[in-house]
Amino acid sequence: MIPDASLAALSDTFFSVSIALYSLAVVAFAAQLAFGRRPVRTPELVGAGAAPDRPVAEPEQGRRWGLAALALTALGAGAHAAVLVTRGLATDRLPWGNMYEFATATVLVAVVAYVVLAVRSPGLRHIGLFVLAPVVLSLVLIGLYLYAEAGPLVAALRSSWLAVHVTTAILGFGIFFVSGIASLLYLVRSRYESRVAGGEAANDAGLLSRLPDATALDRVAHRTAVFGFPIWTFAVIAGAIWAESAWGRFWGWDPKETWAFIAWVIYAAYLHARTTAGWRGRPAAWVNVVGLVVMIFNLLYVNMVSTGLHSYGGVN
Amino acid sequence: MTVSAPPREAAAPPPPARPSLGARAAARLLREWRRLTAMRTAIVLLFLLALAAVPGSLLPQRSLSANNVTLYFREHPDLAPVLDRLYLFDVFSSPWFAAVYLLLFVSLIGCVLPRAMEHARAVRAAPPAAPRHLLRLPDAGELTTPLPAGTALDVVEEELRVRRYRVVRREGELSAEKGHLKETGNLLFHLSLVALLLGLAGGKLWGYEGSILVTEGQGFCNSFQQYDTYSSGALVDSGDLAPLCVDLSEFRAEYEPDLTASSFTADISYGPPGEEGRATTIGVNDPLRVDGERVYVTGHGFSPTFSVTRPGGTAITDVSVPFLPADQTTMASEGALKLPDLGTGSDDQLALEGFFAPTGVVQGGVLTSVDPRPLAPQVAVVVYEGYLGLDSGIPQSVYSLDAAQIDRGRLTEAGAANLSVGESLTLDDGTTVTFTGYREFAAMQYSHDPGQGWVLGAAIALLLGLLGMLLLRRERVFARVTPRPGDGGTVLTVASLTRGSGENGLRFAALSDDLTGALAARTANGPEVSPRDP
Ligand code: HEM
Repeated sequence: MIPDASLAALSDTFFSVSIALYSLAVVAFAAQLAFGRRPVRTPELVGAGAAPDRPVAEPEQGRRWGLAALALTALGAGAHAAVLVTRGLATDRLPWGNMYEFATATVLVAVVAYVVLAVRSPGLRHIGLFVLAPVVLSLVLIGLYLYAEAGPLVAALRSSWLAVHVTTAILGFGIFFVSGIASLLYLVRSRYESRVAGGEAANDAGLLSRLPDATALDRVAHRTAVFGFPIWTFAVIAGAIWAESAWGRFWGWDPKETWAFIAWVIYAAYLHARTTAGWRGRPAAWVNVVGLVVMIFNLLYVNMVSTGLHSYGGVN
Repeated sequence: MTVSAPPREAAAPPPPARPSLGARAAARLLREWRRLTAMRTAIVLLFLLALAAVPGSLLPQRSLSANNVTLYFREHPDLAPVLDRLYLFDVFSSPWFAAVYLLLFVSLIGCVLPRAMEHARAVRAAPPAAPRHLLRLPDAGELTTPLPAGTALDVVEEELRVRRYRVVRREGELSAEKGHLKETGNLLFHLSLVALLLGLAGGKLWGYEGSILVTEGQGFCNSFQQYDTYSSGALVDSGDLAPLCVDLSEFRAEYEPDLTASSFTADISYGPPGEEGRATTIGVNDPLRVDGERVYVTGHGFSPTFSVTRPGGTAITDVSVPFLPADQTTMASEGALKLPDLGTGSDDQLALEGFFAPTGVVQGGVLTSVDPRPLAPQVAVVVYEGYLGLDSGIPQSVYSLDAAQIDRGRLTEAGAANLSVGESLTLDDGTTVTFTGYREFAAMQYSHDPGQGWVLGAAIALLLGLLGMLLLRRERVFARVTPRPGDGGTVLTVASLTRGSGENGLRFAALSDDLTGALAARTANGPEVSPRDP
């Protein structure tokens, strides 16, 4: 079928709109951190060398900025979802048939995962800046370098396994994205906390003091990874089942398969590390970060540089 | 690496009537130490496995494309042999890759089997006795109630049974447990990994794969002699392949308006040799499956057909040969037709090398293809006469002429032309070569992998185990009652120990609230509902 040009153009407009809304959300999140400063602590507490406590009551102004930022993020996510819906309608197929669409959908999952977390535990709203800034950056890069015209699917992708395999891969990837960012923030924040515990004066005005405490970040990272891991496992298995009917073997160490396997093994190592003495804390968090790097590498390098059976990227 | 002390599992209470405290502690430490070292080894081995897979994706692999490996050898003549000696072009079948995963699996089995036996015992055993210092558990609290001790424990027991805990009462205390399924899931997951590896290994040993180009009107039977290329496991008996023949009657490629390929289908008939075949259609994502054997269409192309007439009258009509697509978007294809048996002498052979365009356009004498569909097929051919060298003992590609024979002057060019269907080229000696049309061919792959059903089963079990292990919780709740001095009331100490993710503190708070409520309700109802404590 011939793609509907006006719907395809609408989809591109929504793409710009969502970037604009997310950028506003980034500004609002930054304002939340700037204005959400805690009242200066009493000297006795600092003198006692107290570890940084969680923000007791956030000043009203900061809280309002935080809510505005969250609302902008949600609006942006609406526009972001519309990018995919209109693409799907324009081409009359699932809107993840090439790298542009796949990457766009993955970023949407990451945003939605963050919004769900932030709604459920308000303490996590403070990491919004660090989620939304990479989101905006990713979308800009996707728009610049991965963009592909709306078009029909190649024969090999016309299978119901596209819905199963690619959808779960997107879900898993998006969730790992949030998990990896939480681990990165954990690494930064836990260093700050040990500096403070080591007697250095806490900088109440600094960004780091505004982050959720390290334990909370570590827990979010772990719980999102625990959520993402079975989904990713399922995506890999579904991919193998699809490969069996499309390519004649369920596993052939095609570059994409190899890197999916590497990512899987690294996330398994992360889950182990979290429960193993000597690996808990910072080493485990690094493993999670490496996992995210591998996922991103798998998306970019394997589609754009190496050639394999998965080269349906639509990027030349 | 620093070795930190094993985390103290506060739960395990000293089981009654066992050897001395020192021996028990030593045995326990040893066990804990073993488990920790094994887990650490497992993490390191997992990393090694991930690392070991990396070169397999960065360097060309023989299993994926022998051609790319040859190219790499040509581009890096010094480096390539060194890499090859390190198995870097066969990473996934290399001894060192195998060493890593075998070590990992030994570690895994060594760790999981004892755990499985322990688990089997734990499932049947009663929940362990309450630890001495309940208030040291991560979630613990004290409640007071005017109820007598026994009644208070009754209330706790009821509340826990409603929540489907298994409960045992002991002297003035109570232990409850639920969620053995979490550990079962963990074991299922790890054992499935082993099963999956066995399935993979079996498939590699007893499986095989052959590929062949089949032109419309032709077919093949499942035997290694017939395949263009094949690979087979070490334990495959080549005389014992499933007797299955496949004939291709028609191949169809369909395209979207923007020339994206939308479907490839092949009408085939299949069955045992010598029997009337059953007709079916296979295509991309839709292979033939019979009794565990699979036949795929993996590609397609064109086989131009030619008729050749010698001046003496010898003629060959409608010979065709597959031309390999050089460009998938326009299906411009290249190939060669060799006719060694036209004349009487060994120098009387004829061959043509050519270029096929399904929709041809000639510009400045050069033929190119502009469309993958056969709308205006044309060929550009160069005809050679002389000696092909087919019986020289050196194997030749079916798809091109031996350039050495041309260089040596044994094969000489006798004519060249661009031809549309029906057009002929007449050579100086009177031989005519006519381009009579084309047939389509399908690239087919025959696969036999007896392990794959087993692998699928293991993968499903693995996923179920994973879900159980990650989503379920094993919860233990302990309670102890002590009389409140003076008034006949009771102090109830409750604690819980949970393994697994989740908001344990919140859940424990909810349990405490419910217990407080239940105790209050029982107090209000008076002693008549608790006949055990008159
Ligand atoms: C192919 C290699 C392996 C993979 C992919 C794997 C995967 C996993 C995963 C994903 C978990 C869940 C962690 C969690 O509960 O959050 C786990 C738990 C566990 N694994 Fe493995 N594992 C592997 C090898 C091993 C080996 C070799 C051992 C034994 C030394 C082992 C022992 C354990 C134990 C004891 C747990 C439970 C941790 C706990 O619940 O505290 N695993 N494994």
